Amino acid sequence: MPAHPDVLTAFAAGLAMGALPAGITAHSADEVSRRFGVYRNNVAVGLTDALAQRFPVIGRLVGAEFFGAMAQVYLAAHPPKSPVLLEWGQTFPDFLLTFLPVAAYPYMADVARIEVARGQAYHAADADAIAPERIAAAAHDPGCITLTLHPSVQVLHLSHPGVTIWTANQPDAGAKPLTLVGSEIALVLRDRNLQVPVVAIDPGDAALIQAIQKSETLMAAAQNGAFAQPGHDPQPILVRLMQAGVFVNPT
Amino acid sequence: MALPMSAGLGFKPEHFDAIQAVSPRLGFFEVHAENYMGQGGIPHRQLAALRRDYAISLHGVGLSIGGADPLDLAHLARLRVLCDRYEPDSFSEHLAWSSHGGEFFNDLLPLPYTDETLATVCAHIDQVQDALGRRMILENPSTYIDFEQSPIPETVFLTEIVHRTGCGLLLDINNVFVSAANHKTDPLAYLAAFPLAAVGEIHLGGHTEEALSSGPFLIDSHGSPVADPVWALFSAVLQRTGPLPTLIEWDNDVPVFEVLMAEADRAQRHINLLTGADFARAS
Repeated sequence: MPAHPDVLTAFAAGLAMGALPAGITAHSADEVSRRFGVYRNNVAVGLTDALAQRFPVIGRLVGAEFFGAMAQVYLAAHPPKSPVLLEWGQTFPDFLLTFLPVAAYPYMADVARIEVARGQAYHAADADAIAPERIAAAAHDPGCITLTLHPSVQVLHLSHPGVTIWTANQPDAGAKPLTLVGSEIALVLRDRNLQVPVVAIDPGDAALIQAIQKSETLMAAAQNGAFAQPGHDPQPILVRLMQAGVFVNPT
Repeated sequence: MALPMSAGLGFKPEHFDAIQAVSPRLGFFEVHAENYMGQGGIPHRQLAALRRDYAISLHGVGLSIGGADPLDLAHLARLRVLCDRYEPDSFSEHLAWSSHGGEFFNDLLPLPYTDETLATVCAHIDQVQDALGRRMILENPSTYIDFEQSPIPETVFLTEIVHRTGCGLLLDINNVFVSAANHKTDPLAYLAAFPLAAVGEIHLGGHTEEALSSGPFLIDSHGSPVADPVWALFSAVLQRTGPLPTLIEWDNDVPVFEVLMAEADRAQRHINLLTGADFARAS
């Protein structure tokens, strides 16, 4: 009798390749192929759906049929290692950079990076927003006070206008002509209503946020912002972050 | 810590608002454990809200208990975290494999029933029950193919697992019907041989049918109402077991909540016929 690991190795190979595994049978032997095909289909469709759920804007940009074919190529090269599929697909943006059929659409990887960050933000750990008074106090003593940002907050430096393209491809977006040149910086976070908006921010905003994430004082963070972008006013981005509720208690 | 002997539903996030609005009379909700393995956000907010009002069945679909590889210890640890966080009234998994050689296939795949696989499955179940500090229940599969070398009948295999590990069973009656149709066997004979005393929960779900030259080929698709012959088998089982926690599974082409609720009500009426009692949610 073949050993269990060998049976499963053959079965797994049959799921991926054309040949049926040895050792399987059915009540009507001529139907083994159709019956085994259900497993092949379940695996392919199930994982394609999981990827499509994680990258809805990529799906919208390329269409479901193209996405399904692309997902099979990605799956063959980067199969999930873990049953936690909400973590699968981190390498999809890099895959898009190397996938020749989309080589003419270099912004696609940036859009996918936004979608990876949104998935991470959606599932990030919970952390309670601190009271606005605490932030006001920090603003009065910016040289001493550090603030903690919610673990969902991510700043993405994009080579293409990924935020503009992502925004234009939301279900409620109106049709607008897009400019597909120029870089953008994306801010992704999970707000106090557990929603995950995406906005484009200035280089000064990005430098300020990244300094806060490195536990710099508020004053040092503001200086970082001004260094990255002369004349940068820190107030609008701080207000935006406060309103989103992403200044949280340190853990 | 047990599910109430009444009807429950698989929780779908798109139904959360409807559930909050109407507080349906249901014994429990069942969730797929893997969907709650992120750290926070909406999924956990919703599950915590459900937990306050209902019994919860935690149903794993990724442990690969029937696999040949060692169990994924990180996954076991994640399950432990969920059990500690939500104290579910039941934890169940499948007699199937879904990972092999470090790759996850996202499907419940079949295994041959041999002395070797029996020992492997029992060792895995012992490990799960130790890691979670609780008894688990194991679900019978729906299958589409047979193995040439699978000498132990499924009901004997399950009986022996219960005997060796002390686990309970989750009897999926749609799976029984689907497998029997696909292998041209008698579902009543299967149920007659099934160790019903170990059953801690019943699953009912929909399947699809395709005509092959040998006859109907059934696929366990969970995208339609429970079929009439499956209701008849459910009734026959209940006659022997008395009331059992009974879940309606509907995972694909999910309809509005009212449609699921109507299926759960139908299951509840079958249960009520046995007790003659009005439905009262167990506390």
